[in-house]
Amino acid sequence: MTLPSLAFSGMLTASLLLAQADPHAGGDAAEGLRLYRAYCAACHGVDGDQVPAVDLKSGQFRRVANDNDLAKIVNEGIPGTAMPPAGFTPVQVSHVIAYVRSLKLAPVHSSVQGDVLRGKAILEGKGGCLKCHQAAGQGSRVGPELTGIGKLRSSAAIESSILDPNRTVLPQHRYIRATTKDGRAMSGRRLGEDTLTIQLIDSNEELLSLPKAGLREFAVLKTSPMPSYKDKLTAQELADLVSYLVSLK
Amino acid sequence: MTPRFLLFLTAALAVPAQVTFERLVRADREPHNWLNYSGSYRSHRYSPLDQITRDNIKNLRIDWIYQARSLERFEATPLVVNGIMYVTQAPNDVIALDASTGRRFWTYSHAPLPAARGCCGKINRGVAILGDRLFMGTMDARLIAIDAKSGRSLWNVGIADPNAGYSITHAPLVIKDKVIVGVAGGEYGIRGFIAAYEIASGKEAWRFYTVPGPGEPGNETWAGDSWKTGGAPIWITGSYDPELNLTYWGTGNPGPDYNSDKRAGDNLYSNSVIALNPDTGKLQWHFQFTPHDELDYDATQIPVLVDAEWRGRPRKLMMWANRNGFFYVLDRVNGEFLMGKPFAKVTWATGLDDKGRPVKSTKMSPNAEGVQIFPGALGATNYYAPSYSSRTGLFYVSTWVNTYNVFTKFSQEYEAGKQFLGGLPRGGRTGTGGPQEEDPYGAVRALDPKTGEMKWEFKMTTLTTSGLLTTASDLLFTGGLEGYIFALDARNGAMLWKSTVGGLTYASPMSYQAGGKQYVAIAAGNALFAFALAD
Repeated sequence: MTLPSLAFSGMLTASLLLAQADPHAGGDAAEGLRLYRAYCAACHGVDGDQVPAVDLKSGQFRRVANDNDLAKIVNEGIPGTAMPPAGFTPVQVSHVIAYVRSLKLAPVHSSVQGDVLRGKAILEGKGGCLKCHQAAGQGSRVGPELTGIGKLRSSAAIESSILDPNRTVLPQHRYIRATTKDGRAMSGRRLGEDTLTIQLIDSNEELLSLPKAGLREFAVLKTSPMPSYKDKLTAQELADLVSYLVSLK
Repeated sequence: MTPRFLLFLTAALAVPAQVTFERLVRADREPHNWLNYSGSYRSHRYSPLDQITRDNIKNLRIDWIYQARSLERFEATPLVVNGIMYVTQAPNDVIALDASTGRRFWTYSHAPLPAARGCCGKINRGVAILGDRLFMGTMDARLIAIDAKSGRSLWNVGIADPNAGYSITHAPLVIKDKVIVGVAGGEYGIRGFIAAYEIASGKEAWRFYTVPGPGEPGNETWAGDSWKTGGAPIWITGSYDPELNLTYWGTGNPGPDYNSDKRAGDNLYSNSVIALNPDTGKLQWHFQFTPHDELDYDATQIPVLVDAEWRGRPRKLMMWANRNGFFYVLDRVNGEFLMGKPFAKVTWATGLDDKGRPVKSTKMSPNAEGVQIFPGALGATNYYAPSYSSRTGLFYVSTWVNTYNVFTKFSQEYEAGKQFLGGLPRGGRTGTGGPQEEDPYGAVRALDPKTGEMKWEFKMTTLTTSGLLTTASDLLFTGGLEGYIFALDARNGAMLWKSTVGGLTYASPMSYQAGGKQYVAIAAGNALFAFALAD
């Protein structure tokens, strides 16, 4: 993928594919690239895939149905996340959208042989997934949200996470164990961290912000608290479960 | 410290109303003012003020905030002259403020042409002053003189073509009757230069091309016509030694950044420090930190000039923590290499030879598949101002520790005004924001310049893009990407104070005194914060 050819093909793609009625159509992907590098690449990376679970190359976005939605997110950010408002002019937004749309590669998801309804039953029953995860409004908030996981992760990645949870624990999902200086032990999923503080959601679904100076012990675990389902599900059950998770879009 | 009232009187009575060249030379005699980008020609970014101390810093508070009418990155360092602050609001507004209240006197606005472009935002790092005139370079490669009292433009000259990717982002440097600026555009295949303009008229007095043309010494270090798009931009303010009458500037990467196939040779004077006569623009000496660069290791750091004993005799030194990961000490009389040592993880070179030339590692060149190289393209440090304190004898630098990129290259033909990179740094842990993994981190590192050894470091969870300031009470101020402005003990790195302002810092702090109060000012997010002790 060369930068100029990407930019130019992106410009063509954008102008050809976006409906004329769309106010964000007709952006210049080359100019969008400049803006992207200046304002977006520090977090999203030059390839658009540096933010875990947000792959701009996929062309699919959890909160985006059309370019108006994309423009809104670019300009207003996503409250409660690290995505800040960019405050671009409408013309600048159209450039950025042209560039981001130009990043789209071939679809990354592959279908799996499985039954969605059976998979849902496994998630809610035998799998016990909702003890830690939330899906479609049910379950616990302690583990990473599964609603929309089908848009964010490929079926292969989902299957890998079920069979070998320790293999890919995203940094923002790492588990924290901490003991305060007065002896209180706490643990939970890391939501944020800086030099002085750490934010987490604990097993009671409480949001905690801890000053590091008040901790006697503090560890970021690289392993996942999730058990492996390698020997717990049959091949068919696994396919069913993956099939259901992929359907959560 | 002098009693506040007395100092105030001294400031008001003893100093001429206009900023003369002599005042710029002796800026350290006016600790209440901050007269150029780095505080003085020696660029220590050190304030002799000592009202804020380790004992009372717990009472340091936000005294006022200036909210910029701009969403561009706020990278500027303000100047303060006798209670008036001059700061730029990106891209190219100049604001005059009451330095004790943040109230605005006037705004000068220059709207850069739509064609103006930069690799990294439409930004500006500040102004220079002489007499009653302020000088600002613009994103569309113009140099503008502005009346410091009225905010009106006095002259406005174009110095390069913005359509070809030329811009000016750094604060100019005034020496005698000339204002000196260089051009940015290292990602656009420009031919870099630095030039001096007459204070009175804006007429160009001299121009020195950082990429020599045919017949000029150094042109032989560029294969074929590659010099025409050789880059070597200037985008951070240089320093000046009045005794030697030499001005020192760091130059940026050769173009295209990551593909050197068509530019065989050392590619002078890219990634170098150049020592120029400010009257004529004549090159006195140069030292190239990274010959034939393929990794975007701009030498666009601030030359820190220190007079100190070196191996038993007094010498005029230049200290330099480079984006390429090495810390250097040079003799600034003649450019002699005195010492060099990595201050962060480096894999692109195995070391420096006895002349300071890097011994490049084998197979550490970008290719089509990508090669992992430390430090990454954004370097072990960057444009963030370092600081030197003669009290501690330490050199302080914002450092990216253990960061790398996977460097790729591809073929690319030059097109005027288009980015000319020849590759891209991919992946790598140079991302900013969000939880970082254990290994790479940002730090303030204190180096012993005599040995290059690290004396202490303050580790941060995320990387840092903030410059540093030290003061006469052994405080070190900085910010970062976590929303804090904070102070460390310059002697040992202990954290003494913090203020949560919630904005990312891409600027460098400065200090001044107004109305009897010492202030520390630094931009974070889209605002400028001025801190002072609570009454």
